[in-house]
Order: sequence, then structure tokens, then C-alpha cells
Amino acid sequence: MEAFWEWFRWLYDETGINFSVLYDPYNREKFAAAMFVTVQIAVYVLFITTLIGLFGVWMQRSRFRLLRWFIRGYIELFRNTPKLVQLYCLYFGVSAFLPRFDDGTGLMAPLIGAFTWVILAFALHYGAFTVEVFRSGIEAVPDTTIEAARALGMTKLQVYRLVVLPLAFRICLPALNNNYVFVVKGTSLAYAVGINEMLYAANQIYTLDANVPEMMTVLLICYVSLVSIFVAFMNKLERALKMPGYGT
Amino acid sequence: MIRSDEIPCVPGPRPPPRGTDLPVLLPAAEIVARRAAEERARGGSTLRLRARHGVWLFLAFVFFSGVAEARTGVGGPFWVLSTLWKWSPLLAEGFMLNLIMSFLAMVIGTVTGTLLGVAQISLMPSVKNTSWFVTQFFRNAPWLVLMFYVMYLVPFQFRIGDIVIPFPDWIKATLGFSLPVMANVSELVRGGIQSIPSGQKEAAESLAFTRRQVFWMIIIPQCVKRILPPWMNLYAILTQATVLASIVGVTEMVTTAHEILGAEYEPSLLLPLYTYVLLWFFAYCYPIARWTMHLERKFAV
Repeated sequence: MEAFWEWFRWLYDETGINFSVLYDPYNREKFAAAMFVTVQIAVYVLFITTLIGLFGVWMQRSRFRLLRWFIRGYIELFRNTPKLVQLYCLYFGVSAFLPRFDDGTGLMAPLIGAFTWVILAFALHYGAFTVEVFRSGIEAVPDTTIEAARALGMTKLQVYRLVVLPLAFRICLPALNNNYVFVVKGTSLAYAVGINEMLYAANQIYTLDANVPEMMTVLLICYVSLVSIFVAFMNKLERALKMPGYGT
Repeated sequence: MIRSDEIPCVPGPRPPPRGTDLPVLLPAAEIVARRAAEERARGGSTLRLRARHGVWLFLAFVFFSGVAEARTGVGGPFWVLSTLWKWSPLLAEGFMLNLIMSFLAMVIGTVTGTLLGVAQISLMPSVKNTSWFVTQFFRNAPWLVLMFYVMYLVPFQFRIGDIVIPFPDWIKATLGFSLPVMANVSELVRGGIQSIPSGQKEAAESLAFTRRQVFWMIIIPQCVKRILPPWMNLYAILTQATVLASIVGVTEMVTTAHEILGAEYEPSLLLPLYTYVLLWFFAYCYPIARWTMHLERKFAV
């Protein structure tokens, strides 16, 4: 491995092509950490957005009108406004109204940090879409199937757990897959509020080492491979969970 | 001569419908699957704007203005509204840049994307595989990263002999936006062409149309109908995405809004100003979204 890294130092000495992120251990660790942050944001957002989707669809189908109105308002609000504006509104707007506390060094730290805001903003944005996805899946299960299950003596909960949800999940999996891919692709926007993710770290490295073309290429390849791996994994999952004989 | 459908057949059970074991799930589930496939090709969620969204946005604007008015308490009544009015020409200038960028990026992306999409169904394996790879590469790269890439790697001017062609930052951002648009259009075109039943092509071929004629006279006219609604939706997504250019400092609408906030030095102006910007975008995207929905219904099979 060391020889591999050293080869890039040799490349720099010989040709001037400066992949400092590969041969300089400091930059390498910095970029690896940033890559980890990107993955972290993606995983957190995926998790929270799924929770929001599940709770949202449950609330949307509840008997209480207030809950239904609330979730509808939420979907309409977060679905139809740009993500960047939501992020700015939460990070600069709402954050300003929250109390600050002394962080022990005498500085006044905000109650919720930038990292948490980013995750919150992204999760809320994509959560609105996830609720819609789950809803479309549940609604696609025909009433007759539910009635048939009820006629077989299943309780309401059993019908949900054993009939509706498994079918709904597999129906909406392609749409859910799309949504998840958008989440992973969208993490780069965290740059806008100065999260130390890949784009940000790349920016710092090429500012110091003045190797913009090389660094941008590394960045692009990293992002494309990250998303491609995720897409390949999700497509595999989609094929594995496909209902036999259903669709093309 | 006996035609095949005249041969008396043995009565028996009807063959099961082909393609599915769960015919009962078909109609609703198929819509979900079709939407997902379309969304995947377009690389963005469908924009479904309604008139009531505009009303709510306007109410939010009024509410935030009221709050800001109450918090500042200086500058007389309607200070917020008059301030926004004062800066409106500048904001409009920024918005124009958003529109020009979206328009140009769409034109470039559509032309190159169509070529790439057609190349994806080429009979030559090398052309087919290369165009597939290019499409997937730019589809999987985040818009922001592609924009940064073009922003920093394209020089700010080209020199051909004595002629210097300047390349301002907004043109570079436009090029950056046209790359993902190209990939998504390519995928839309490929999907559109492949969605035409093969019977159409075979029928045309049996009527002695050449491959070129089949493509231009049979496939393309049907394709355009299918591609148009998602293509327009892509344009609406692109228009919204042009605000990303503010991150690299192109003086479009959101950058202008930032500068106004700096100039006014009044933090409570933030929310009214942003909702004001949103109202502009809504006013522009709403007719497009409505028209898209109309076309979708009109072309629905």
C-alpha cells in the first residue's frame, strides 16, 4: 500500500501532476474523515427519513383529522420548496431564535450545531417524499385483498402486518430506492453551511496545495463511485425482493 | 387457406394472463412502478404544484413580514414591504440570470442528451457501451459537484489567436448544470424509445420502411409525446437547481438576497426576503408544473 501512495509522490516529482490527497498522509486522513462524514450524513438521513415516512403514513391514515392535516401540511411545505432554501431557513432562520449556551470555553455555542441542522433539514425534506412513497405503496394494495384477509378472520393488526405492509413495501420499493439515491446524491449540499464533508475537504486541500484539477477529479470519482455502489446495492435489493412474476 | 384464428380450438380453461402472477394488484401498483421508472430516468421527483401552495406561500410571506415589522419597530409602518420593493429591481436582475442559466442549460443538455440517448440504443456495441457509461457517470454525480468541477476547471477566457472569448462565471455554471441535464435527457430518450412496443417497429419494417425511416417517422413522433411531460418537469427542477450557483458566487437571485441582507443589516428581514424569493420562483414554476400535469393527462394512454 505504501508503495502505491509513494508512486503518486513520484508522479508529482516527475510530471507535476499533484495528487497530494493520495501521497500526503495529512491530506489523506483529512479526506478520509470527510468521506466518513458524508457517509455518516447519508446514513443518518436515510434512517430518520424512513422513520418519518413510517410515522407520517401512520398519521396520515389515522382517524384524527388534526393529525392528518398536520402531516399533509408538512408534506406540502417540504415537498414543494427547494432544499437549499429549507436548509438556510433552518440554519440561519430558526437557529437564530433558539437559545445559546456557554460551551465551557466562554464562547456561546448554538443549541443545535450545523451538523445536526443539516441532518434535520435533509431528513425533513426527503421525509416528505418518503411519506408519499409509502402512501402510494399502501394505496396500491387493493381493497379486495384486505377484505379477503379480514374474511379469513385476521385482526386488523394482522392484516396490516402480514398482508398490507409486505405487499406495499415491495410495490413501493423502486420509488423508495429512487428517493434513497437522491438522499445520497444530495449530501454534497451540506457544503453550503460549512460541514466538513467531501466537497468541503476537497476545497480546503486544493486551496492549500493549489491542485484544483487533480483534486476535483478525485472528488468527482469519489462521489460517482459512492453513489454507484449504493445504486448497485439498492438495485440488487430491489431484484431480490421483487414479487415473483410481477412487473417486467 | 385457413387463418390461424379460424382453426376450431378445444374449449378449455383460459390461459392465465401473461406477465404477472398477481393480476389483482395491477392497476394501482403499475402506476407506482411507472412513476418510479420515470422518476429514475429524470433524476428528480415530480413537481406537483397547486394554486393553494401559492396562497400559503403568500400567507407565510405576509406573516413573516408582520413579525419582522413588529421586531424591528423602526423605519415606520410597512418598512419591510417598502425595503423589499426598493430592492426588487436588483432581485429581478438576479432572477433573470436564473432564467437565462436554466434556459441555456436546458438547450445544451437537451441537444447533447438526445444524441447520447440515441447512441445508447445504437447497434454498435462500442457506441452503446460508451454512451451508457457517460450517461450513468453524469447521472450519479451530484449536481453541485459537477458545477464545482466545471466552475474551477474551465478557464475564465479562451484565446484563439487575437480573439479573446470571455467565459464569465454564470456561463461556466450553466455548463455545469447542462451536464446532469444531458445525462437525464439521455436516459429519458432511451427509455422513451424503448417503451415503444416492438410490434410498431416490426410492422413498419414489414412495410419496407428503412431503419432511418422507421426511426424518424414511427418511433420519434410517438416518443416525443411520452418524453415531453417528464422533460418539462426536468426543466422545473433545473430552474430550482440554478440557485446552487449562489454557492460559488454567481450573482443570481439568492446571492443578491444575501447581499441585500448584508446591506440592510437587519436579521429579521431574512425570512420575509426568502419567502419573497420563493414567491418569485413559485410564480415561474407553477404554470410549468400545471402544463406538465395537463400534458400528462392528455397523453395518458
